Amino acid sequence: MSTETNQIKYKATDFKSAAEPRWCPGCEDYAILKAVQTAMAKIGRPTHEHAVVSGIGCSSRFPYYMSTYGFHTIHGRALPIATGLKLSNPELAVWVVTGDGDGMSIGGNHLIHALRRNSDLNILLFNNRIYGLTKGQYSPTSVKGMVNKTAPYGTIETPVDPLGLAIESGATFIAQISATYVKELVDVLIEAYNHKGTSFVHIYQNCYIYNNGAFDGFTNREIRDDNNVKVEHGKPLIFGKELNKGLVMGYGKFDIVEFEPNKIPDNIVIYDETDPVLIKMIKDLEFPDSPVPMGIIKRVEAPIFEDVVREQITMAKDKFKPDLKKLIEAGDTWEVK
Amino acid sequence: MTVEKQVELNEVDTITVKFAGDSGDGIQLTGDQFGNTTAFAGNDFATFPDFPSEIRAPLGTTYGVSSYQIQFAAKDIYTPGDTPEVLVCFNPAALKVNLDVVNKGGLIIVNEDEFTDKNLKKAGFDGNPLDPTSETLKDFRVHKIPITTLTLQALDEMDMGHGDKLRCKNFLALGVVSWLFSRPLEPIEKFLNKKFGKKPQVLEANLKVLHAGFNICDTMEIFPIMYKVPPAKLEPGTYRNINGSLATSYGLLVASQKIDIPIVFSGYPITPASEILHTLAALKQFDVAAIQTEDEIAAVTMALGAAYAGKLGITGSSGPGIALKVEAINLAVMTELPLIIFDFMRSGISTGMPTKTEQGDLLMSLYGRPSDSYLIVLAPSSASDCFWISIEAVRLATKYMTPVIVLSEGFLINSSEPWKIPDIDNIPEMKAPFRINPEGYLPYKRNKETLARDWVKIGTPGLEHTIGGLEKTNETGNITQDPENHDLMTRLRYEKTQKVGNDIPDIEIIGDKDADLLLVGWGSTLGSMRAAMEVVQASGKKVAMINIRYLNPLPKNLGDILRSFKKVVVVELNLGHLNMIIRSKFMIDTAFLGRVTGQPIPVTEMIEFINKELDSLKEH
Ligand SMILES: Cc1ncc(C[n+]2csc(CCOP(=O)(O)OP(=O)(O)O)c2C)c(N)n1
Ligand code: SF4
Ligand SMILES: [Mg+2]
Repeated sequence: MSTETNQIKYKATDFKSAAEPRWCPGCEDYAILKAVQTAMAKIGRPTHEHAVVSGIGCSSRFPYYMSTYGFHTIHGRALPIATGLKLSNPELAVWVVTGDGDGMSIGGNHLIHALRRNSDLNILLFNNRIYGLTKGQYSPTSVKGMVNKTAPYGTIETPVDPLGLAIESGATFIAQISATYVKELVDVLIEAYNHKGTSFVHIYQNCYIYNNGAFDGFTNREIRDDNNVKVEHGKPLIFGKELNKGLVMGYGKFDIVEFEPNKIPDNIVIYDETDPVLIKMIKDLEFPDSPVPMGIIKRVEAPIFEDVVREQITMAKDKFKPDLKKLIEAGDTWEVK
Repeated sequence: MTVEKQVELNEVDTITVKFAGDSGDGIQLTGDQFGNTTAFAGNDFATFPDFPSEIRAPLGTTYGVSSYQIQFAAKDIYTPGDTPEVLVCFNPAALKVNLDVVNKGGLIIVNEDEFTDKNLKKAGFDGNPLDPTSETLKDFRVHKIPITTLTLQALDEMDMGHGDKLRCKNFLALGVVSWLFSRPLEPIEKFLNKKFGKKPQVLEANLKVLHAGFNICDTMEIFPIMYKVPPAKLEPGTYRNINGSLATSYGLLVASQKIDIPIVFSGYPITPASEILHTLAALKQFDVAAIQTEDEIAAVTMALGAAYAGKLGITGSSGPGIALKVEAINLAVMTELPLIIFDFMRSGISTGMPTKTEQGDLLMSLYGRPSDSYLIVLAPSSASDCFWISIEAVRLATKYMTPVIVLSEGFLINSSEPWKIPDIDNIPEMKAPFRINPEGYLPYKRNKETLARDWVKIGTPGLEHTIGGLEKTNETGNITQDPENHDLMTRLRYEKTQKVGNDIPDIEIIGDKDADLLLVGWGSTLGSMRAAMEVVQASGKKVAMINIRYLNPLPKNLGDILRSFKKVVVVELNLGHLNMIIRSKFMIDTAFLGRVTGQPIPVTEMIEFINKELDSLKEH
């Protein structure tokens, strides 16, 4: 399929269902919905070749708003369901929509194992650092000390580090982006689709009602360029409104240096999405002292779960002719006359 | 075989033999091999392997005793026997735990080498029961054989380690019992050749020991008696030995072929359900994806994802794992997908007694889910019936688009019986009911006869739709909270399972249709009920019985059958699940015999119960 004909073929609205989205006005889930539909139009495959599987949460209402195949499942379990689906029909493009609670609390175990299993799924984790659907309890990503319905005196636990979790679980594709970066989000989604293996896309998504402004410090248009660093394979790690800041190698971490715009020093690190050391260092950047990385953090190739399952079946078929009669009549038999 | 000595040949109809020893003694293998020679000799038989949940319990302890019981007969038999007439003990602990179960006057063969002070103490004996002065074994005919010494002697010339030599001793015992029951050694030799063909030394050693065991019985005149059980009059045909775990797996493979849809079986290891996962994982050539997942929830949901995609999505577990699957099963009920769940029931509650059997999950399968949630529940009644139940589960799940729970049992998985191999060409094809025509498609539009919605292979052009756990409008599938619609959908989901009642066979009464007393059971109790019934009948009394294989919906003629008897006796390995259902559904009085010992109900106990109930009928 050439991209040229694809562009003529599909519009974002082709991936829109007739159902009216029911998210709160101002919710960033709308922006992600639009981005996914735009990405699918660009990818250029028809609606019936996509399936969107979700768990439970505001974010997980997603499939109802898509004109593709969809399965709105149960809390935390979208991943194994999607794996069963992909395993059964590897031709499908399978997308998983999950929330911070759905994917990292109740479904945390499945996330670890899905990432190391490396089925060709595209996981979109909407992180609003709160439980939206159940009306504002803390989530495993809520900032320590956050005051909310279930933590009137502030939360006690250390939040989960989504990128760290993904790295340690052996994810083969990890990206991080904010719902406010509309164009970049679309690009990341297309790259996630193109990646063969599990793609983990961590999306900062503002919950307008229960955790409004949670990401303002680094997503607000006014200041975001000084607080985000765009991560791109083969490109220098530079940021700032004037593109006058960059990351250099420090002692086990990146140091930030400033320079004159357009005069990028030689020691600015050129990012390599396959380098385990750089991957670890970029995820260790801690806001507000450091900028938040946005883009593709990791991309490596590894055998794909469903492909290997198929291969083993083919291997077995070559080795043993699948003869049911013979199987059932195998072993010691005897005749009764 | 010629027997020249003065040995009495005792021809018997049926006999029960039990092998017992440390789990490391190879008891299960010994039992299996004896079972094979039994099959070869043309007897009907039933086996009961029973082992501790510890993999290698400390040697010589009573709780580490593993055993294998087999009843074989010249006629049809239904159970592995209550109490053995012959007990083969590999150590004092095995003797200790089995003393109470051996028939008085029964024959006990012991490996006397193992009756050392240390082992006797471990087994909890005061003194040695083999001493001529001991009273412990006075009711039995005891034969002391130095199995260990004889094994080492037989292998004296072989250049192998002491431990490797000792490992052969169960084949010495097999040689001994083969002689005792006038059994040819060929089937065991064949097995050894197959198993150790690539290890000539091990093969030679085991063969040597096997023959040594056989020959010493001839030369040493250990036994004054030999037994012969003539062949049973089984239906003509080709037979093999089958256990429930193979039968279940083979049934699934046949069903998959007959409906032409590949299997995705996902499971998380748990005793005794793992067997099916092991079996299917090794049969990938039949287009089986057998996946071990991170937990039981992933197992059931992965299977559900496969069912959604258009594959045979199957999962299996036991009590603790089934509990974890409940929410996902309800998603399958809600989305009306043909998920198949095997529950290999074991003794509960909680971790309970993992290697022992029970029928404690019936009420859970029928009612143990939030809200009004109904699905099909089936139960195999014997090891070989597991084959047919698997096929039936696939047929009904896909035809009615509903989950099916198969209530199987630990006992059925492990026990084996002769099986007349069916001609699979004669098993009817099934139709894969996939929708491909987009015209007029609505996700929840139903087939008028079955009330099933259409099954769509995800990826089919023009049939895009979204399903999920939220309530939806009948036909269109659009989500809604309309009160009347929810009432309608709840009823439709219920009615759909009831429609299955039109599609299943009537129950057939076994025994005396004009009896006053009817025994009612399900699952594995079929065997002991039948054995008990025949004993009572032999005493001139009339008894009838039924075994219910379809537990939801119940067969249509069940009510009429129950009402046509004066007395209904329900038999279960629980405290009254089916009993409660029968009483509430049909409003009849019942008597109940339920045991939860982790073992099948002894036939003698059942006979007593039946006789008591028959007597009470007379008094009225
Ligand atoms: C088994 C189960 N437990 C609890 C719930 C209630 N519940 C629904 S969504 C949710 C949390 C959702 O939070 P998140 O995944 O962050 O999604 P968001 O709504 O924020 O998008 C909870 C606890 C449920 N539906 N199922
Ligand atoms: S509660 Fe928050 S996350 Fe949910 S729809 Fe409203 S704004 Fe969005
Ligand atoms: Mg959330």
